[in-house]
Amino acid sequence: MIFLDLFWTFFKIGLFTFGGGYAMLPLIQAAVEAHGWLSTESLLNFVAVSESTPGPFAVNIATYIGSELAGIPGSACATLGVVLPSFVIILIVARCFRRFRASRVVAGIMTGLKPAVIGLIGSAILTMGRTVLFPGGIAAAAFLTPAFLVTAVIFAVMAVLAYRKVHPILLICLSAALGIAAGYLLL
Amino acid sequence: MASKTGKGGVLLSLFLTFLKIGAFTFGGGYAMIPLIQKETVENRKWITDEDVLEIIAIAESTPGPIAINSATFIGVRVGGLAGAVCATLGVVLPSFVCILIVSRLLDAFQHLKPVQYAFFGIRAGVLALILKAFWSMYKKCPKGLVSYVIAAGAFVLAAILRVNVLIVILCCAAAGLVTSLIRAGRAEK
Repeated sequence: MIFLDLFWTFFKIGLFTFGGGYAMLPLIQAAVEAHGWLSTESLLNFVAVSESTPGPFAVNIATYIGSELAGIPGSACATLGVVLPSFVIILIVARCFRRFRASRVVAGIMTGLKPAVIGLIGSAILTMGRTVLFPGGIAAAAFLTPAFLVTAVIFAVMAVLAYRKVHPILLICLSAALGIAAGYLLL
Repeated sequence: MASKTGKGGVLLSLFLTFLKIGAFTFGGGYAMIPLIQKETVENRKWITDEDVLEIIAIAESTPGPIAINSATFIGVRVGGLAGAVCATLGVVLPSFVCILIVSRLLDAFQHLKPVQYAFFGIRAGVLALILKAFWSMYKKCPKGLVSYVIAAGAFVLAAILRVNVLIVILCCAAAGLVTSLIRAGRAEK
């Protein structure tokens, strides 16, 4: 049943991602690809949409996938699923938060989770980068296609701008403009 | 404050305050902290600046988005369980409604040629944004041999051996717990 599947999948995503934001990306990527809910391209498109709309990424993507698969009831199930774990855990932690913060077990788990997120995002960048740069698979000829060269240039320019702390929404608008210009001129 | 406006008034103002916070923060994450501080500390005086620091620390070590964590935390402190529900509902509602509308627009315009070209460029830009997030997280992460080994292990398990991401997270949590308990044990001797 799709509603239960949406709820349970996003419940697991909500329960296992610490730090929020892009830390959620590897889990979301794994879940949507395992279910065949969204292609890597559509997921990346949606990251841009989420950056340009209010609210946390987790809630945005849950609402979007829920709505694409099963309308408004589907988005309600997915969003409830992704919110519920943090809601319940904070209700418990709020009662004893000094003890929680002093806990050696919590601190120990976090020393494992912080680097884990870095490794997982590295893995997500690798698989997503492959899809974006080599949509037809990696081959010698792929390096010479106009699509590859345009993508590589846009990626390099945006990486420099992101490093210089240009606002994400401005960066997305610039990428869109370059994409449209390249699309009509070169492709 | 609660005695003047009554329980219902507090719940309503929790809902409306977090509705505003949810509607005016783009991208989520730590971008929300200044607005949360301004609304709940300066305007409403529900919590103190120290509480905000406490919330950030707790949000970092509990699962889920920081917006949900802080809404639930402040909600339960100010108005009990009902307060937590109102604040969390408030912070989620703007993005929920907004995305429902945006998903209709995406479905309607996605097949158009200029939109496809725009997203072709956007995907390369988003990849750069994710790389930037990776760099910021790396800078914030504690350095040291254990950290590097766990990060490299997580990468190899996920990217090369294609192990389920949930299992990778559980393994890394266990590795972090065990190594830090061993270190603490050594320090006490």
